[in-house]
Amino acid sequence: MLSVQMIYGLAGVLLFTFALRVALSQVAFLRRVLAINVAGAGLFLVFISAAYKGAGQPADPVPHALVLTGIVVAFSATALAIALARRLHRPSDDD
Amino acid sequence: MSFDNLLPVFIVMSSLVPGVMIFFLREGSHRIRTLLNLLGAFLKLLLVGIMIWGVFHERVYETQFLIAPGLEFRLHADALSVLFVTLSTVLWMVTTIYAIGYLENSPHRSRFFGFFSLCVTATVGLALAGNLFTFLIFYEVLTLVTYPLVAHRGTPEAIRGARIYLTYTLVGGAVLLFGIIWLKSLVGTVAFVQGGILGAVDPALYPQLKIIFLLLMIGLGVKAAIVPLHGWLPKAMVAPAPVSALLHAVAVVKAGAFGIIRVVYDVYGVEFAHELGLLIALGIAASITIIYGSLRALSQDNLKKRLAYSTISQVSYIALGASILGPVATIGGVVHLVHQGIMKITLFFAAGNYAETLGVHKISEMDGIGKRMPGTTLAFTMGALGMIGVPPVAGFITKWYLGVGALNAGVGQWILPVLLLSSLLNAAYFLPILYRAWFKESQGAWPDERIPAGGLETHGALLWPPIITAIMALAVGLLAAAPYSPLEWVQLIAYREYGQ
Amino acid sequence: MIDALIWVILIPLLGGLVAVLFPRIAGITGILSTAGMVFACLVLIKLVADSGPQVYLVGGWSAGLGISLYADGLSSLFLLMTAMIALAVSIYASSYFRQSHLRLHYWPLWLLLLSALSALLLASDLFNIYVTLELLGISAVALTALDGKRPAVEAAVRYLVLGLLGSLGFLAGVALLYAAYGSLDLATLATRIQPGAASWAAAALMTAGLMIKTALFPMHFWLPPAHANAPAPVSAALSALVVKAAFYLVLRLWLDLFGVSLSGGVSTLIGLLGAAAVLWGSWCALQAERLKVLAAYSTVAQIGYLFIFLALILEMPVGIPRDEAIAGLMLMALSHGFAKSAFFLSTGIIQQRQGHDRIKELAGAVQGMPVTTFTLALAGIALIGLPISGAFLGKWQLIDGALYLHDWLLALVVLAGSLLASAYIFRVLGQAFGNSPYPTKVLSIGMQEIPAMVLALIATLVLGLASGPIWPFLEVTVMSGRAGM
Repeated sequence: MLSVQMIYGLAGVLLFTFALRVALSQVAFLRRVLAINVAGAGLFLVFISAAYKGAGQPADPVPHALVLTGIVVAFSATALAIALARRLHRPSDDD
Repeated sequence: MSFDNLLPVFIVMSSLVPGVMIFFLREGSHRIRTLLNLLGAFLKLLLVGIMIWGVFHERVYETQFLIAPGLEFRLHADALSVLFVTLSTVLWMVTTIYAIGYLENSPHRSRFFGFFSLCVTATVGLALAGNLFTFLIFYEVLTLVTYPLVAHRGTPEAIRGARIYLTYTLVGGAVLLFGIIWLKSLVGTVAFVQGGILGAVDPALYPQLKIIFLLLMIGLGVKAAIVPLHGWLPKAMVAPAPVSALLHAVAVVKAGAFGIIRVVYDVYGVEFAHELGLLIALGIAASITIIYGSLRALSQDNLKKRLAYSTISQVSYIALGASILGPVATIGGVVHLVHQGIMKITLFFAAGNYAETLGVHKISEMDGIGKRMPGTTLAFTMGALGMIGVPPVAGFITKWYLGVGALNAGVGQWILPVLLLSSLLNAAYFLPILYRAWFKESQGAWPDERIPAGGLETHGALLWPPIITAIMALAVGLLAAAPYSPLEWVQLIAYREYGQ
Repeated sequence: MIDALIWVILIPLLGGLVAVLFPRIAGITGILSTAGMVFACLVLIKLVADSGPQVYLVGGWSAGLGISLYADGLSSLFLLMTAMIALAVSIYASSYFRQSHLRLHYWPLWLLLLSALSALLLASDLFNIYVTLELLGISAVALTALDGKRPAVEAAVRYLVLGLLGSLGFLAGVALLYAAYGSLDLATLATRIQPGAASWAAAALMTAGLMIKTALFPMHFWLPPAHANAPAPVSAALSALVVKAAFYLVLRLWLDLFGVSLSGGVSTLIGLLGAAAVLWGSWCALQAERLKVLAAYSTVAQIGYLFIFLALILEMPVGIPRDEAIAGLMLMALSHGFAKSAFFLSTGIIQQRQGHDRIKELAGAVQGMPVTTFTLALAGIALIGLPISGAFLGKWQLIDGALYLHDWLLALVVLAGSLLASAYIFRVLGQAFGNSPYPTKVLSIGMQEIPAMVLALIATLVLGLASGPIWPFLEVTVMSGRAGM
C-alpha cells in the first residue's frame, strides 16, 4: 500500500514530467512559462513530501524553507519573463 | 641566479626589448629606430661573443624554470646552439642595415622593424632551446611574428601568400606538437642531450617511435621546405627582399633544418636513428628535395622564385648530412647551416638590389646588368659559385664533406650521384644568369630605374651588405682551417656528439 | 580575516545598491566595487594558500542549517579571474555607456550579477547553489535584453526559457538527492552518496540542466544570439564568466560528489559532446559574418574543450596525471576567460568606431587602431592555443591526458579544433595588413583600449609564462577535495 508520502511525491514527479514535456514542446512563450511554473510546483511537492517524517512527528523544516525560497525565485523569474514578453509585443519603436 | 644562468635570457631579450620599443615609435622617427636596432644588434653580438668563448671552454649557460608539472622551459647553450645564434646575430645585423636602405620612405616601417626584431628573438630562442618543449614554443612564435613580415606590403598577393604560409606552418606546428607530446608521454622527457635520450627505451615501443619520428619530420619539414611540404616558400616571395633574405638564410627555413638536426642528434641520437632505419627515410626525402628543387629552379624566370627553389634544394643538404651516419657527413650537414645562410643571403640581397634600383625582377631582364651594377653582381657571382660548389667559396666545403662522409658510411653509391647531379643542375641554373649579367649587352632602358647611376651604383645601405656577406662566404671557405671558423666549430660539435 | 569570503559577495551587492540610489556616481561605484572585489579575492587567495580551504558560516548558524561559504583553490582561482575581468569590464563600461541612458540599468544589474556569481562560486550546499544560479540567470537575462531592441529581447527570451529549464533540471536533482539522503550540504552528501537509482537520476538531471546553462552542444543554440546582441561589456561577462560558472558547478559536482562513486559511460558521452562542440562551434565561427557571432561560437567550442577535459579526468585514476589534468583544465578555463573578455571588449571598441562589426569590412578600423588590433591578436593567440599563452599549456595537458588514456580520437579533435580556430582568427587578423594611412598616435580611442589589452596580456604572457605558482596552489587544495571540511 502506498504511503501518503509516496503518493504526494509521485504526484509531484508526474506533475513535473508532464509540465516539462509541455514546456519543451510548446512554442508559445506564455504557455512555456506557465508550464515551467507548474513543473516547479511539481518539484516543490516532491520536496514537501520529503519533509514528512511520520504521523505525529514534527515535519522537517528545511524543505519548507527551501520551497518558500523556490516559490519566490520562480515568481521573480516569471515576472521577468512576462516583462520581456510585453516588450516583444509592443509595436517596435525606434529606441 | 648567476650571470651564467641569465646569459641565455639576456641574449633573447637583447632583440626583444628594442623590438617592442620600436612598435611604439612614430613612422618618422627613423633615427631612433635605427639606433635601437643597431644597439640591440651590437649588444647581442657582444653577449654572443661571451657565450662563444664560454662554450668553447665548456662553461654551462643554462636558464630553466618549471612552467607546469613536467614541462620545463629550458635555455641551454651548447656548441650547436652557439653556431646558430652567431649566424642569426651576424646576419640579422647585416640585414637590418640592408632593410633600412631598402624600405626607405615606405609605409609601416615601425611595424616592420618591430616584427623583424621579434623574428630574430624567436630564432635565437629556438637556437638556445634546451628541450623540444621550449623549441616548440619559439618555433610557433616564429610563425606568428613572420606572418606580418610576409604580409607587409598589404597587396592582395602579399596577403594571399601570407595566408598560404600561415596555413602550411600552423598545420606543421600542430603535427609537431602532437609528435612531441606523444614522445614525451612515452619517454617522460624531451630534453636535448648529446647522443640522444632514447638509448634505454623498451624495444616494444620502436614502432611508435618510428611514427613519432615521421610526425616530427613532417612538422619540421614544413619550415625546412622538404618536398612535398615546400609549397609555401615560392608563394612567400611576395615579401620585401630583406624579409626573403632573412627568412631563407636565417630564420624560418633554418629553424626547420636546425630542428631536424636537433631531433636526429640530440633526441633520437644518430646511431639509434640509424638502427631504426629512420635515417634512410630522411635521406631519401632529402635527396628528392635536392633534385626536385633544382629542377624547378631551372624553369623559373623570376629571379626570386629561382632563388626560392634553390633554397628548397640547398637546405636539404643539411637534412642529407644528418641522414648519413658518421662524423664527416655530420660536419658537412651542420656547417652548411652557416654556409648556405651566408651565400643565400648574398643572393637575395643582390636580387633585392636589382629590383629596387632598376626594377629588374626577371632573369630575362638581366642582360648586361654587370656593367651597370658591378658590385652587386660581383657579390651575386660569389654566392652563385658557392652554391654550385666551386672552391674556395664556402659551398665547396659542404659538398666535399658530404661526399667523403657518404663514402665513409658506405652509402656513397647513391649519395654521390645526387651530389653530382645537383651540382650540375646548380650550374645549369646559375651560370646562365652570370653569363647574361656579365657578357651580354643590356637591351635598352631598365624597366624602372629608381636610383640613378651616380658615384655608387646604388645606395650604400643596399650595396655594402651583399658585398660584406660575399666576402664572408669567400673567407669562410678560404680560412676554413682557421680557429673559430665555422668549420672548426662544427668539428667541435661533431666531436662532442660522436664522443658519446 | 575570514571575512574576505563574505566581503567578496557583499561589496558588489552594496555597490549595486548605491548604483540604484545614486545613479550619477554609478560608474565610479562600479569601478570601485570591482576593485574592492579584486582586493578581497587577493586576500582570499593568500589565506587559502597559507592555511588551506576557508569556511565562513553566515550569521553564525551551524552547517546544515545555515548558509556556509567555502573557498578552496578551485573556487578562489575562479573568483580571482571573475574579479579581475569584472574590473576591466567595468572600466571599459564606464566609457562605453557614458553617453547612453542604458547605464542607469546596466550598473545595478551588472553588480548584482557579480555578487550572484561570487556567491555561487563560494556556495557549499546544493540549495544555495540553486538560488545563486537563478539570481545569476535572471540578471544575465536582463543584461542581455539591455538595449531593448528586438533581436536582443528575443535572444533574452530564449535564454530565459532555456535557463529556467536548466534550473528546473538542477532543482529536480536537488530534490531527489534530498529525498534520498536527507542533506543538502555538499560535504555531507559526499560521504552519504551511494550508486543507485536516485543518485543516477539526480546526476543526470543536474548535469543536463547545467549543460543547458553552460551551452554544451547540442544545447548551445541560445548562446550565439544572446552574446552577439548584447552590448559589448555584457557579452564579455556572459562569455567569460557566466557560462564558466555553470561549468564550475559541473566540475564541482562531478569531482566532489558524483565522480567518486558514479562514472561509467558518462565520461564517454561527455567526451563525445565536448568533441562535437569543439568541431561544430569552430566550424560555425568560421562561417560567421560578424565579430560578435564569431566570438560567441568560439565560446561554444571552448566549452567543448573544457568538457573533453572533464571526460578525461573522470576516466583517470586518482594520481599525478589526474592532478595535472585538473590543473591544465583550470589554466585553459582561466586563459579563455581573460582572452574572450578581451576579445569582446575589443569588438565593442571596433563597433563603436565603425558602427558595425562585420568581418569583411573590418580593414579600416583594424588598421587605424593598432592597440585594439594587438589586443585582438593576443586574445586570438590565446583562443587558438598557440604559444605563448595559458591555453597552450592547457591544450598540451589535454592532448597529453588523451594520449595517456589512449584516446586518439579526442586528441585529434583537439588538434583539429585548434586549426579551425587559427582559420577563423586569422580571417579577422589578416585584415590588419592593408594600405590605409598609419595612425600617428598609438592609442586611438585612448583609455578604452587599455583594459582589454591588459586582459589579453594576462591571458598570454602571464598565464603562459608565469603560471607556475598555480599548480602547487591547486594541488594542495583541490585534490584533497573537501576532506578538510
